[in-house]
Amino acid sequence: MFDNQLLIKVCGLAVVGAPFLLLCTLGVRTLIGRPLSERTITRSVHIAVLTGLVASLLVLAIMLSTGTRHVPIDLGSWVSIPHYHFAVKLIFDRLSVPFVILSFVLCGTISAFASRYLHRERGFNRFHVLYSFFVLGMVTASLAGTIETLFAGWELVGLSSALLVAFHLERAAPVRNGLRVWIVYRISDAALLIAAVVMHHLASEGDFDKLLMNGDWPDGQALLTESQALAVGLLLLIAAAGKSALVPFSGWLPRAMEGPTPSSAVFYGALSVHLGAFLLLRVGPLIDLSLTLQAIIVALGLLTMCYAALVGRVQTDIKTALSYASLTQVGIIVAEIGLGFRYIALIHILGNACLRTLQFVRAPSLLIDYHMLENAIGTRPAQAPVPWGQMIPKKTLMWLYQLGLERGYLDAWLDNGLAGPFVDAIQRCDKLERRWIHFICRRSSRDDPAVEPALMPMESL
Amino acid sequence: MSDLHFPWIEGAIFCPLIGAACVAGLRDSHLARKWCLFFSGVTLFCAASACLDFQLSQATEANDRWHLLAPFFGREFPVIDQVSAPLLPLVALLYFLTRVATVRAKVERFPFALSLLFEAIALATYSCKNSWGIVMLLAAGTLLPWLELRARGRMARVYSIYMALFVGLMFAGQYYADLAQQTSAHAVSAVVMLAVAMLIRSGIAPFHSWVPDLFDRATFGTALLYVTPMAGAYGLVRLVVPISPDWLLNGLALFAIVAALYTSAVALIQREGRRFFSYLFLSNGAIVVAGLLNMSHHGLTGGLCVWLSVAISLGGLGLTLRAMEARRGSLSMQSFQGLYNHTPNLAMCFGLTALASVGFPGTFGFVGTELLVDATVESHPYVGIIVVVAAALNGITVVQAFFRLFGGAPYLTSVSFQIRTRERYAVLVLAAVVIIGGVFPQPIVASRSRAAEEILKQRRASDATKSPDAVNE
Repeated sequence: MFDNQLLIKVCGLAVVGAPFLLLCTLGVRTLIGRPLSERTITRSVHIAVLTGLVASLLVLAIMLSTGTRHVPIDLGSWVSIPHYHFAVKLIFDRLSVPFVILSFVLCGTISAFASRYLHRERGFNRFHVLYSFFVLGMVTASLAGTIETLFAGWELVGLSSALLVAFHLERAAPVRNGLRVWIVYRISDAALLIAAVVMHHLASEGDFDKLLMNGDWPDGQALLTESQALAVGLLLLIAAAGKSALVPFSGWLPRAMEGPTPSSAVFYGALSVHLGAFLLLRVGPLIDLSLTLQAIIVALGLLTMCYAALVGRVQTDIKTALSYASLTQVGIIVAEIGLGFRYIALIHILGNACLRTLQFVRAPSLLIDYHMLENAIGTRPAQAPVPWGQMIPKKTLMWLYQLGLERGYLDAWLDNGLAGPFVDAIQRCDKLERRWIHFICRRSSRDDPAVEPALMPMESL
Repeated sequence: MSDLHFPWIEGAIFCPLIGAACVAGLRDSHLARKWCLFFSGVTLFCAASACLDFQLSQATEANDRWHLLAPFFGREFPVIDQVSAPLLPLVALLYFLTRVATVRAKVERFPFALSLLFEAIALATYSCKNSWGIVMLLAAGTLLPWLELRARGRMARVYSIYMALFVGLMFAGQYYADLAQQTSAHAVSAVVMLAVAMLIRSGIAPFHSWVPDLFDRATFGTALLYVTPMAGAYGLVRLVVPISPDWLLNGLALFAIVAALYTSAVALIQREGRRFFSYLFLSNGAIVVAGLLNMSHHGLTGGLCVWLSVAISLGGLGLTLRAMEARRGSLSMQSFQGLYNHTPNLAMCFGLTALASVGFPGTFGFVGTELLVDATVESHPYVGIIVVVAAALNGITVVQAFFRLFGGAPYLTSVSFQIRTRERYAVLVLAAVVIIGGVFPQPIVASRSRAAEEILKQRRASDATKSPDAVNE
């Protein structure tokens, strides 16, 4: 007789272990300066993704056959000292299993696509190292049984995403955009970390099973009061908004399209952009405690939906238009979560992610597709008139058009309203410090504009 | 107190001293470098053996075998305990890797004999528990950068003023602390003086201006070796924490947290490689100090963990920047430098060490930062969040620096910027420490937990010996 618990544990370990081993293999070879060949990299990725996928499907099969809805796998304490334990725990339930299967399916598809798309590219190895970071992060975040584990996966996803946006390091624009994405992600990470710490202190638990007790997902009851739930929930909402590009953080999404198409497809069009919604789904019982929080989430979701629909209509390149189309759906998903429709939100995530991945990987051959379509029908496809276009005054339409083109002025607002004053204040402090040093020693420091730039020793030789 | 199986600590202290004497007589700088590496390697071996021997003995404190120095200094020197056990190999490793990674072009300039002498002083500091011994060794340690600045004809005024203040306050504070033990008077003023001295040495804002100035004027290697082992933090743990009242430690911790935020924000706008590094170090150093002054068990454990991780990761980051500076000259971050295609390995090492310094998952600093944030928020619920903000800003700073240095149109040069074999070894060792420590953190965290327990025990013992009047005063 098979011991189901043992089998589930082995499969659970394989789900996380496969991407971890992939990362170790690619990472160590890169670190010692002996990267693997393209063919070996592709095979390794396929084996890892397939192993993870089969293992997660096996877990699903066992859960379905035994009627179990919730399978926690306790991997023990990663760190254990008096008064502190960092437990590594995986949860297989109705939320995590579909999400992890989705991650493996889409990552596998993209890996097959990327092996041809990036063939003989200089950064082939780098792409796959970052890709393995991403897969490990997604799987860890999806299956996380504690908020600390979720945070670790969350950060891995963030870093790999930002570095992939800046994949074309030799051009300034992708690098700038990568930094922008990273800044938003750091704000999101900080909010999640604060939420985790606050939750620890309020409920003395970071374990989702204990924190959201009395029922399997999507049921359960959080161990907090309404006001506590509101405070923690708002922090989690900021974290989710950063990761899922909700308003006001939406500016990073079109910028993320500077990365190679495979990463845009799977990260910003499909998986990464839904991770915020996943977080909100995971802490659903906590959201249920506060009506105010629910209202804020619904409002934010609808606002993001309207914003993305408006801005997406005036985009002139296909990847950006698709990213806004994806964001429109994410807005609706967030609103669904706020309204308490968890299963609908989950199915919506799965559908949207698959559709957008398909659209993104077809994006490079869009013109060919259009030509084929036009040849087939013998004319250009007819543009359907917007039904409400006649009802809105032309001036308002122009204003909306400009608002869309400028992407709602969100970036400008964040730059000038928040970042600008902060940087100005810090620059003033820096100037004061330089004056203080100048006052003491009557000489300037090496990067003072008044100081001649240092010669480059190798070149001068 | 138990004994080690061999006089490892004395070996670690005397080996660089003998090395300094040998290397000082050599005129050929390349030969001097080779001998320096030999002595440095033996020192590292002795220091690592001392740590391993101590950990295997499971003692709380241990002396060297045969007590060769006991007739001169008593049983309090040299000694190894839970606090100092990993610090000895850490210091030896930093010195060793700095010498290994010194490129040929800089060999003429690097003070090998002097650095061996100061390595001995640093190791002696970390293996001393006697208060006056620590005070004198810390004071002696300030001379290396000063001597180098003078030798190179660089302005040493800022450094001299701050270090004079540090040494003066430290001596005065220790004098009053001794007086307070006998008469119960001047207890608070003694602690305040010692604390301010250690804040200056740790570069906690607003006492930090000497650090960017030192990086600006001294060689990168010397500045790095002077600041990264964080001798000020050691002074705090040994001299201030055991005798300080709770309210003062809490106040100092808040002070350090605000300083961490300030310096992390200033680091964000720096446009020159060394200044960026110095402010990043200051911010991380302030976070370490905030942890060490947090008197909860896991806060202190977090502080001690982050201390190790920051020293290793920023040591590695500093060595990477130094290697790039040796190739490219002064590293401007005003615009994109486009160095990735020339030095992908250095870029990788930069990324890895930089992320470790901000406590990224899978690296050495992750668990320590978690512990520290947890404890800080527990003791100061609202101000503690500042630590998270400071860490987030540091994260932005390091990635911004990475992009500025390695991104942009490739830099055109006829000279190869590829990483050299020796540098590659140094990089791989640091990467291995950062990653292995990150994936298997339990042994290190458990060891730091024991060290925290020892510090708290000492503090409780010190409290018990004080009369209530003296504490209040």
